[in-house]
Amino acid sequence: MKILKTKSLTRTFNSLTAVNRLTLSINHQEVFGLVGPNGAGKTTTIKMLTTLLPPSSGTGLVAGFDICHQPARVRQMIGYVPQLISADGALTGYENLLIFSKLYDIPQAQREERIQAALTFMGLQEAAHKLVRQYSGGMIRRLEIAQSILNQPAVLFLDEPTLGLDPNARHMVWEHIHRLAREFNTTIFLTTHMMQEADYLCDRVAIMNLGKIVAIGSPSDLKKSIGKERASMDDVFMHYTGYQIDNAGNFSEVLRTRRIVRRLG
Amino acid sequence: MIKIIRFTINFIRKTLVIMEVELRKLRHDPTELITRSVQPALWLLIFGQVLTNLRAIPTGNLSYLEYMTPGILAQSVLFISIFYGIAIIWERDLGIVHKYLVSPTPRAALVLGKALSAGIRAMSQAIVVYCLALLLGIQMNWQPLALLGIVTAVMLGAISFSTFSLIIACLVKTRERFMGIGQVLTMPLFFASNAIYPITIMPNWLQIIARFNPLTYQVNILRGLMLANSVNMAGIGLDILVLLLVSTFLILIGAALYPNVAI
Repeated sequence: MKILKTKSLTRTFNSLTAVNRLTLSINHQEVFGLVGPNGAGKTTTIKMLTTLLPPSSGTGLVAGFDICHQPARVRQMIGYVPQLISADGALTGYENLLIFSKLYDIPQAQREERIQAALTFMGLQEAAHKLVRQYSGGMIRRLEIAQSILNQPAVLFLDEPTLGLDPNARHMVWEHIHRLAREFNTTIFLTTHMMQEADYLCDRVAIMNLGKIVAIGSPSDLKKSIGKERASMDDVFMHYTGYQIDNAGNFSEVLRTRRIVRRLG
Repeated sequence: MIKIIRFTINFIRKTLVIMEVELRKLRHDPTELITRSVQPALWLLIFGQVLTNLRAIPTGNLSYLEYMTPGILAQSVLFISIFYGIAIIWERDLGIVHKYLVSPTPRAALVLGKALSAGIRAMSQAIVVYCLALLLGIQMNWQPLALLGIVTAVMLGAISFSTFSLIIACLVKTRERFMGIGQVLTMPLFFASNAIYPITIMPNWLQIIARFNPLTYQVNILRGLMLANSVNMAGIGLDILVLLLVSTFLILIGAALYPNVAI
C-alpha cells in the first residue's frame, strides 16, 4: 500500500526551480530518506507535502488526501518536525505537549495518557516541568518528536532531525526514530545530508540534486550501484551529486543552519 | 447547519488554546507587564501633570490630566499591540509558526488567538492606568457597565492594532524591516488621533485623517466611559461597531496572509 504519492510535483521560486517534476511513492511503514546537498530541494519538498507551501504544479497524495485540495485533512493525518526549532522555549515540555494535544483534537480523557506516553517514550519524564529554554539540544529534538507523534500520525515528516546535535545526542535521537518505526510501525519521511544517518535509519533512500531525484533504492543497493568496492554512503552521495557541492547553499541558508547549531549547542 | 455549528465550536476552542499559550507564558515570566507600565506612568505623571497647569488645550469641564488619561490608556494599548508582529517574526525565525500551520488549526483561529493574546497584555495596561489615575486623584467611573465597555474598547483596539502588526510582519518577514515600519507607523497613529488633544483644534487635513484612524474611535469610547465627571454615551455604539468591523476585516486579511510566514 502506498501511503504517499507524488506526480510531477514542481515548485519554482521566480526563475529558480527548487523541485523539478518530482514523482515518488512511499510504502506504508517505510522509513524513507531524502538526501542531497544543501539547496537540493529537500526542505521545499517536505514543505509541499506538509501543506506549508502550495506546489507550482503537479499533485501529491498523503495518507489518501490531496495536498492541494484537502490540506486540512492532510494536516490531521501527519506529524511534522521542522528543521528549525519548533518547541516553545518559554513553556515547559509538558505544556508544549498539552497545547498540541489540544490543537490535534485529542479527547480530554486520553490527553494525559498520551502526553505521559510520549514523554516516557522520548525519555523526558524528569524534565517535563522544566522550561524548554533550559533543555539541551538533544532534549529539544526529542520533545519536538514527542509533540509530532501525539496524534499517532500516518506519516511523520522529519526535516534534518539531527542537525546541530553532538554524536551522543544524535545517536539517542536515532534510537528513538528507529523504535518509532519498528515498534509503532510509523511511516517516516526524513531529510538529511548525513549519509551515516540515511544508512542507519532508512529502508529506502532517494538522492536529490538540483530539484531532481538522481538515484533511489535501499542503502545496500545504492552502494552496489556505483561499482566501487566497499562503497560507503558518502561515496554514493558524491557519485550521484557530482561536483556541484560547492555551489550549493547560499548565504542565508548557511546563516540559518549555523544559528540552529548555536541554539541547540 | 450542524457543520457550521461544529466549525464554530472548533474555531472558538482553537482560538482559546492559542490564548492559553500566551497566558502560560505570562505566568512563567511576567516581566514585560512591569516594564510596559513605565511609559504610561511617564506620560501621566510628567507630561500630564505639567500640561494640566497650562490650560492651553480646550477640554471642557475636565482638567487636562483627566482629559488625557483615556488617551494614554489608548496609547499604551497601541504601543503594546503594534509591536506584536515582532513576536510573529521571532516565531518564524524559529520553526514555531511552521508547526502551528501544519496542525489542523484554522488560520483565522491562529490569528484571532494571537490578537486576543495581545488583548490580554493590553488589559494589564488598563490596570496600570487605573492605578495611576487613582494615585493622581482622578475621579473614575466605576459603574460595572462602563467598565465592561472599557474592557471591550481595550480588547478591540488591541485586536485591531496587533493584527495590523501581524499583517505587516507577514509581508516584510524580517525584524529589521519590521522595526523600521513599526516606528514610522506608531507616532502618526498616535498624533493623528484625539488621544491627547481634541480633533476640533486640528487643522482640516489632519481632522480628516483622524476620522479614519481606529485609535480615535477607541479613545472616544474610553473617554466617554472612564471619567466620573463626563460620562458621555453618545455614539459609543457606533464607535464599537467601527472597531468591530476593522477588527474583523484585519483578521480576515491576516488569516489569508499568515501562511506566507512559513515560506
